[in-house]
Amino acid sequence: MTSTSHTMEHVELFFKSIFIDNMVFATFLGMCSYLAVSKKVSTAVGLGAAVIFVLAITVPLNWLLDQYILQEGALVWLGPEFAAYDLSFLSFIMFIATIATMVQLVEIVVEKFSPALYNSLGIFLPLIAVNCAILGGSLFMQSREIATFGLALNYGVSSGIGWFLAILAIAAIREKIRYSNVPAPLRGLGITFIITGLMAIGFMSFGGMLTGGDEETVNEETTVNVQPEAEQLEQVENSDDTAVLAETN
Amino acid sequence: MGLLSKKDANLILDPLTDNNPITIQVLGICSALAITAELEASIVMAISVIFVLGVGNVVISLMRNIIPSKIRIIVQLIVVATLVIIVDLVLKAFAYELSKTLSVFVGLIITNCIIMGRFEAFALGNGVWKSFLDGIGNALGYGVILIIVGFFRELLGSGTLLGIPVLGDPIAKTGLYSIGYENNGFMLLSPMALIVVGIIIWIQRTKNKALIEDN
Repeated sequence: MTSTSHTMEHVELFFKSIFIDNMVFATFLGMCSYLAVSKKVSTAVGLGAAVIFVLAITVPLNWLLDQYILQEGALVWLGPEFAAYDLSFLSFIMFIATIATMVQLVEIVVEKFSPALYNSLGIFLPLIAVNCAILGGSLFMQSREIATFGLALNYGVSSGIGWFLAILAIAAIREKIRYSNVPAPLRGLGITFIITGLMAIGFMSFGGMLTGGDEETVNEETTVNVQPEAEQLEQVENSDDTAVLAETN
Repeated sequence: MGLLSKKDANLILDPLTDNNPITIQVLGICSALAITAELEASIVMAISVIFVLGVGNVVISLMRNIIPSKIRIIVQLIVVATLVIIVDLVLKAFAYELSKTLSVFVGLIITNCIIMGRFEAFALGNGVWKSFLDGIGNALGYGVILIIVGFFRELLGSGTLLGIPVLGDPIAKTGLYSIGYENNGFMLLSPMALIVVGIIIWIQRTKNKALIEDN
């Protein structure tokens, strides 16, 4: 029973970070690169993949730092006299240093061992060191008090996937909207903001996903149904776009 | 403007309107939107960014000749992180409730693109006084948008400004509420921040046609 509830915890966190607490739509993290690099689907995919990659590395790493160095009493493994230390005021500087170093390191390693991957991800890596989504991932990991290393890894990957989905969706919409008759002052940035707002409203409907009932079985059903729902949503959005397209043509 | 030459004054005034960091340069949106549901939080955020960017630009400008260009990103991040820790500790000491509201978004000033953007684009190549003005100007431009968004979201969303009811009492039905006005709770939700900024961009570009971009 404990193992199933453990799995449930993972599944819940996974879907929660992708849909309910989506980095872009719920907390506006990484908006700068989200707006700047979403003109084409291909580049958006590259950046999204790089974000998943870097979040999957930095969140668990910063979790270890937080647990064994930064938290109040975390230094107790050095000896009982260290129990009173609370270094949490250093977390900003430690987290950002870890992120900057890891990004640099990942860039070097990827360049050395996989030139193909480097060609597709490489140009985005330096951009990512200052992406709010990456630091935000670590800071939310800390403030939400994620309990285990496994959950931290899960959180990093799933919030990365959420970000990836968001930038993929907006890039696809922006590619299509080029053919629509948008009022001149709204073109480009303005309409992107408003579309993102509307998408965020859409994503709010996922909020009911994990509060469906107090029985575990109910929870399981709701989480299973999520995937097709998301696809339907995208299809609906696409068909809306084509309708607009048809009208303008 | 005895103290400031015309060129210096432009460093401050340009980012307020035609070169606004949020609506034109598209920088620093990440931390801008999540905390604008209340005017007070927006103002505190604006002041924090003014402090960090003003001081940070001066520090980077002072060190610009001794920073090796290969590790400049890390140096910049350390400078910002230090300043943000100061802001965070000050907020925790003097405005604890507010620092709870802002939660991780104080920390996210570190990766606020405006800050890195101004360090890279300005402070690394200009003198101390100019960098200071540029920092203050851009942070003000950011703050203005934040305060406008915060103003409308709090006014329309909860009928208050800085926590003070200005439209009357919704329960006792006084003021505007006596003629059937209702608060629009939707304004308090995060998506509306995006739409309000979209509308600000729309208005700004309608007034200044030169800013209109291609699809």
